[in-house]
Amino acid sequence: MTRITVTVDGVKYEEEVEPRLLLVHLLRDRLGKTGTPIGCDTSNCGACTVMLDGRSVKSCSVLAVQADEGDVLTVEGLASGGRWHPMQQAFHEEHALQCGYCTPGMIMAAIDLLKDDPDPSDEAIREGLEGNLCRCTGYCNIVRAVRRGAQTMSGEEVVSGR
Amino acid sequence: MTEELDAGFVARQIAESDMLSEPAPGKHEVGSARRRKEDARLVTGRTQWTDNIQLPGMLYVAFLRSPMAHARITRVDPSAALSRPGVVAAFSGRDLADEQGSLPCAWPVTEDIVIPDHPPMAVDEVRYPGEAVACVVATDRYKASDALEAIEIDYEPLPAVLDMTEALKEGGPKVHEEGNRAFVWKFAQGDIEAAFRDAPVVVERTFVQQRLIPSAMEPRAVVAQTDGDSFTLHSATQIPHILRIMLAQVTGIPEHKLRVIAPDVGGGFGSKLQVTAEEVLLLLLTRRLGKPVKWTESRSEGNLTVHHGRDQLQRVSVAADAEGHIKGLRVDLLADMGAYLMLVTPGIPILGAFMYNGIYKMDAYDFTCTGVFTTKMPTDAYRGAGRPEATFAIERLMDELAAELSLDPIEIRRRNWIAHEEFPYTTIANLTYDSGNYEAATDKALSLFGYDKLRAEQSDRRDRGDPVQLGIGVSTFTEMCGLAPSRVLGSLSYGAGGWEHASVRMLPTGKVEVVTGTSPHGQGHETAWSQIVADALSVPFEDVSVLHGDTSISHKGMDTYGSRSLVVGGVAVLQACDKVREKAKVIAAHLLEASPDDMEFAGGSFKVRGTEAGRTIQEVALAVFAAHDLPDGVEASLDSDATYDPDNFSFPHGTHLCAVEVDTETGATKIRSYVAVDDVGKVVNPLIVEGQVHGGLAQGIAQALFEEAVYDTEGNLLTTTMADYLLPSASDLPDFVTDRTETAATSNPLGVKGVGEAGTIASTPAVVNAIVDALRPYGVNDVRMPCSPERVWRAIQGGTS
Repeated sequence: MTRITVTVDGVKYEEEVEPRLLLVHLLRDRLGKTGTPIGCDTSNCGACTVMLDGRSVKSCSVLAVQADEGDVLTVEGLASGGRWHPMQQAFHEEHALQCGYCTPGMIMAAIDLLKDDPDPSDEAIREGLEGNLCRCTGYCNIVRAVRRGAQTMSGEEVVSGR
Repeated sequence: MTEELDAGFVARQIAESDMLSEPAPGKHEVGSARRRKEDARLVTGRTQWTDNIQLPGMLYVAFLRSPMAHARITRVDPSAALSRPGVVAAFSGRDLADEQGSLPCAWPVTEDIVIPDHPPMAVDEVRYPGEAVACVVATDRYKASDALEAIEIDYEPLPAVLDMTEALKEGGPKVHEEGNRAFVWKFAQGDIEAAFRDAPVVVERTFVQQRLIPSAMEPRAVVAQTDGDSFTLHSATQIPHILRIMLAQVTGIPEHKLRVIAPDVGGGFGSKLQVTAEEVLLLLLTRRLGKPVKWTESRSEGNLTVHHGRDQLQRVSVAADAEGHIKGLRVDLLADMGAYLMLVTPGIPILGAFMYNGIYKMDAYDFTCTGVFTTKMPTDAYRGAGRPEATFAIERLMDELAAELSLDPIEIRRRNWIAHEEFPYTTIANLTYDSGNYEAATDKALSLFGYDKLRAEQSDRRDRGDPVQLGIGVSTFTEMCGLAPSRVLGSLSYGAGGWEHASVRMLPTGKVEVVTGTSPHGQGHETAWSQIVADALSVPFEDVSVLHGDTSISHKGMDTYGSRSLVVGGVAVLQACDKVREKAKVIAAHLLEASPDDMEFAGGSFKVRGTEAGRTIQEVALAVFAAHDLPDGVEASLDSDATYDPDNFSFPHGTHLCAVEVDTETGATKIRSYVAVDDVGKVVNPLIVEGQVHGGLAQGIAQALFEEAVYDTEGNLLTTTMADYLLPSASDLPDFVTDRTETAATSNPLGVKGVGEAGTIASTPAVVNAIVDALRPYGVNDVRMPCSPERVWRAIQGGTS
């Protein structure tokens, strides 16, 4: 067992973990952070995407011990001051989710994408989200949502792509 | 013929006119693009997936699964697992043989169908790779998985049965003692011999509907618990109601002692329309151990053991006169059942039997389907369920017939389809299509697509010998939705009815609870049903909540599949609202000292006709709660139930057009544009409808281009992960242009037709038709799906794939 210290959504945790424990299982099974789901076992689907020290990671591909001293942000920690993050709002406005299982990971990946490219083209959005699979939406509305989220985050007037 | 329009401009027009999130004051909720109520918990991570559930003392289950396609289990001993840390119990199929029963098949399509015994855990023989052979129950999921390796098991390999045609030959290896032929189902109408005998044109093709893995994003998960008397099962299922009945029958737990809950469910697409081995086994385990137990599948486990879809071999031929008018259609189908018949396995190809004629008129139709056992995962419902296969065959044939006669594929369809003035129309398959307007949908699609301009470009590229050829694919489809009239299901030997139930409860504060028997898993019923109720009772949209998915809250229902929820369940909600309003009217009349016959319900109030005096429905609800002044003999409740059984199916239709660019040097295909004009009847929420079409298109296109479950020659599944089974990502798909025409269904009071499967059904043939169209100059008249670059390239080289 290894003792780790990890901050998740602003709360500091000290945990004894097996070295093989996946970060996503630490989040879900130990810390009750069930907002981050698991969709596969080969790091293809991206449903479990969270931020680790400010960049997106697939939490099924990170060991809990690798997050020692780290700062994890999950979809549960995105809203602040009683207001949703602009990307959460954009997914809602553009109907960019149906069953919603991929949504936490998709939102986290979208926010990360904008860190590198705050005003991405549709093509850049599609390529940037290649690591996150959705089976419900056909992605059109996800692309629109990311565009809308980007506009809101940069303070632009929001123009619906619809 | 077509008018050039800028698709982007059209989309913006739709946005401005149609996509407002709230209706204007005094306008109807039905038809407005309400943002979904469901989203709040989904975008913030407060969703209740089955795998989220943790209960005190809960134990975790892991299954040992067969590494072989077909083998006899000569020895199995799980006892060594018991000495592993944290292991509480371990069982083999033999340990459970006396109590595990047989997984049900509810659709014996013929009298003499072979329905083999299907033990949830294999006892003596395994018949597909991934079949459960033993399990471990431990204190956490890691420990349970670790201990699987301690289980001792020996197999004696038996021959795999993989190819349907081979499987039907005499003397070959058998999956079951009874042989590999499960059933033969036939339908015939008209004089098929005459239709073919005199026909100047006959086109014959064999199409392969490859095996698909439905791949809902949420893997299956089950939690079972008991207090020693009654049982509760949480499952990631589409069918909590059907599941409860079937599990009661399989396990012997009395129905009234079994509560089934489908919490938030992350997609299904038919794959969660099942009674699974794991659901049965977890009930048995909690009964034995007295502790709550949980199992969550890994994706690799799921690709092996969630039922697969499609897998049919279609031998089809069409006879036509010299002008292209269809005379007759022959369909000879082999349908791969896999190793066992699961809940509706044999019924899937039969659902398609009524759709091969599509939107076309003809004199004769002959259909035969042979269900075949193989040593593969059983097949069952996958988005469209029988209808995509049928639509693919007829829409591919229409393009082939057009090519044979040198006609435009649109023209051949115009010559054969049912004209809008001919509805209601009884088809050669004995269905009565109530309504439709194929001309309108096609004209709109052609203009959005810029059909003539693309044809000109195609011609230009052909003339230039451009290595990148352009192809245009057409699909003018219909489907039968709104499953289903109970009498029809009875005539097809299905084990249940097709009605749906709803309850509407008026609370004292004027809020409304709606209980529905549908079981949404991404469709947005909470939003759409709220819109229906808001209009029917003149209450605010926000004041309605929709309850579902728990058999102790929603005790009656037939659940969600087959584009049935709105068409059947939505109508039940509407009818329950009608009853609430009728009850409220009597009480309002009493409060206003008027006759109920003089009352009208308008603008949210019951009023005496011609006066301003009135009572809102909320005021009536409070008066009923107080019950101080009710008419004699009137009960103190407005609550009402309705069970609606449709008279007919509904028949959404549409015209989909796809343009592909095919690189003839590499075989790579790129969808350049895709236009879908769907007629789903009246629309409750255009945003949800558009979303359903988008998602359906993605899955149908994926069948055409990317997805296939592949077994090797030994019968091992090669596509066990998402790295091997190619689900499309955002970069693999184009933006879609979607639009609608609206011909109200005449068969239900909402005028709705259903939209869940339309995109999937229509799009697969549109894409393949486009690819074949691009390659006609190379002598290609078919490309087998998925149309990978290699297959396309080989088709170009050989004139066929």
